[in-house]
Amino acid sequence: MITLASINLEAAGRRLPMLFARGVVPAAGIAFFLLIWHITANNIDTSLGKFPGPAQVWEQSNSLYEEHLEQREKAERFHERQEKRNAEKLAKNPDAEVKWRSYTGKPSFLDQIFTSLYTVMFGFVLASAVAIPLGIACGLNERIYQAFNPIIQVFKPVSPLAWLPLVTMVVSALYVSDDPMFEKSFLNSAFTVALCCLWPTVINTTVGVAGIDRDLVNVGKVIKLPPMTHVAKIVLPSSVPMIFTGLRLSLATGWMVLIAAEMLAQNPGLGKFIWDEFQNGSSNSLARIMVAVVTIGLIGFALDRCMLLLQRRVSWDKSAVLR
Amino acid sequence: MTHFLDISQISKTFHTDSGSFEALREVDLKISEGEFISLIGHSGCGKSTVLNIVAGLLDVTSGGVFLDNKQITEPGPDRAVVFQNHALMPWLTVYGNVALAVKTVFKKTKSKAEMHEWIEHNLALVNMSHAAGKMPHEISGGMKQRVGIARALAMQPKLLLMDEPFGALDALTRAQLQDTTMEIHRELGNTVIMITHDVDEAVLLSDRIVMMSNGPAARVGQIVDVNLARPRERLALAEDAQFNHCRRLVLDFLYAAHQKPDTGENPNENVAAQSEAA
Repeated sequence: MITLASINLEAAGRRLPMLFARGVVPAAGIAFFLLIWHITANNIDTSLGKFPGPAQVWEQSNSLYEEHLEQREKAERFHERQEKRNAEKLAKNPDAEVKWRSYTGKPSFLDQIFTSLYTVMFGFVLASAVAIPLGIACGLNERIYQAFNPIIQVFKPVSPLAWLPLVTMVVSALYVSDDPMFEKSFLNSAFTVALCCLWPTVINTTVGVAGIDRDLVNVGKVIKLPPMTHVAKIVLPSSVPMIFTGLRLSLATGWMVLIAAEMLAQNPGLGKFIWDEFQNGSSNSLARIMVAVVTIGLIGFALDRCMLLLQRRVSWDKSAVLR
Repeated sequence: MTHFLDISQISKTFHTDSGSFEALREVDLKISEGEFISLIGHSGCGKSTVLNIVAGLLDVTSGGVFLDNKQITEPGPDRAVVFQNHALMPWLTVYGNVALAVKTVFKKTKSKAEMHEWIEHNLALVNMSHAAGKMPHEISGGMKQRVGIARALAMQPKLLLMDEPFGALDALTRAQLQDTTMEIHRELGNTVIMITHDVDEAVLLSDRIVMMSNGPAARVGQIVDVNLARPRERLALAEDAQFNHCRRLVLDFLYAAHQKPDTGENPNENVAAQSEAA
């Protein structure tokens, strides 16, 4: 019994440092950061009052959530009223023309978050659908790589803001429809995101495909795998880790680009929220912008974790250290 | 007279950015059906180049290789290759790796059930049935190489090409795999070309040992016929005069006559080392 207890203690003793490293140390880091923030914020005076400290930001995040609930309630009341009014109209005269309008209140902070997420995913998926096949083609064929490489290298460092005016003009010239499926401003930011999301995935996929173990390729040659089966059975599985490295970089780039694009394109979303608050210039504005900053960071982190989970599911290499 | 495999005066020159390199010059070798041939020589002497040309993975600069009177121009399952580092797909199970080959090679000729049976049969041949569901990273190096051999045999090749198949294994595992290889060769009677660095392995397994001179412009230096009765017993052969004679011939060739030129070793030292070994 004594030995058993001592073994348990020993195990607990071994687990304790791990708990310390995983929980206590990061918590201490965050606490230290909040302290420094609090102290410095108090010493910065801007034309909109003191720079917000952690307490004001927390306060504003709560008030933003309350505003969201308020907006929801307003919208519900609006729909109720509209339904009642139309029902009355129809009761009086069954042939009456009734109008159904959607609620056009100010979008709340949470609505902006979802718009941003939707926009970034649209641009990211669009970019990946082009980038992965292009990367595979470049990785498999040296000639294709040589043809595309200069273009990739030149466009890769271009800032999204340089693309935006061009994208805006092209979208408004080409996307003409009476009943548009998407808002033009949405397409502007989504395409800008896509243009910037392309490159990391193309480059990493190319490197991954070109770096496949020669022996594995030779096995494919010896058994005479048809080209498409070769891609599906050998090329794709072996380059999955590199493809995901590219996808994660792309999504992170896309998320950063989106905020800037939304500020400029006036597309609803977190970027526009920040811009509006900045123009608004109330005493709460800085704290509200800081809420957005933290939210952007947290969502960026969450998106990366989601990609990591997806990679774990898809990749055969479960033992690889995923960071 | 025609031969089963006719490697006819092949030369190979590689062209690189820093100039051209003549790897092989007029290598000539005739092999009969069912023969077990070892290629031995110092590293960089072009053994792998010969093997890759026979496999069809490299083309020749001049000359040609004929299998059953047909010229080899591309890789194919009739010349299965066992790679030094097993070359198993890490994302497929042991069964899956053999199945990938079987399903591609026998797509039109075997039914699903026949394929399954054939995969199981080949795994049993190398004693790997128990690990069919395991992933390559879960099994040892020797077991991986067994699977590599099973995959090659499952293609029903006319010619089995083995590129230093046991080079990366420890001595005990290597001995086990050599025994397995001999058993399979006795049972199936396939024609085998094996590259090796190991003199004992070459003598133990082969009917003929082809020794290559040092590159560049390597050629066939000497061929030793190993006239030992089969089945061969590792332990019994250790004392056998014929076995030791063959071994001596190969060692003489490798260490005295064709010492690797760029090592800068004193030839006398090698003679001393050699007599110690013998």
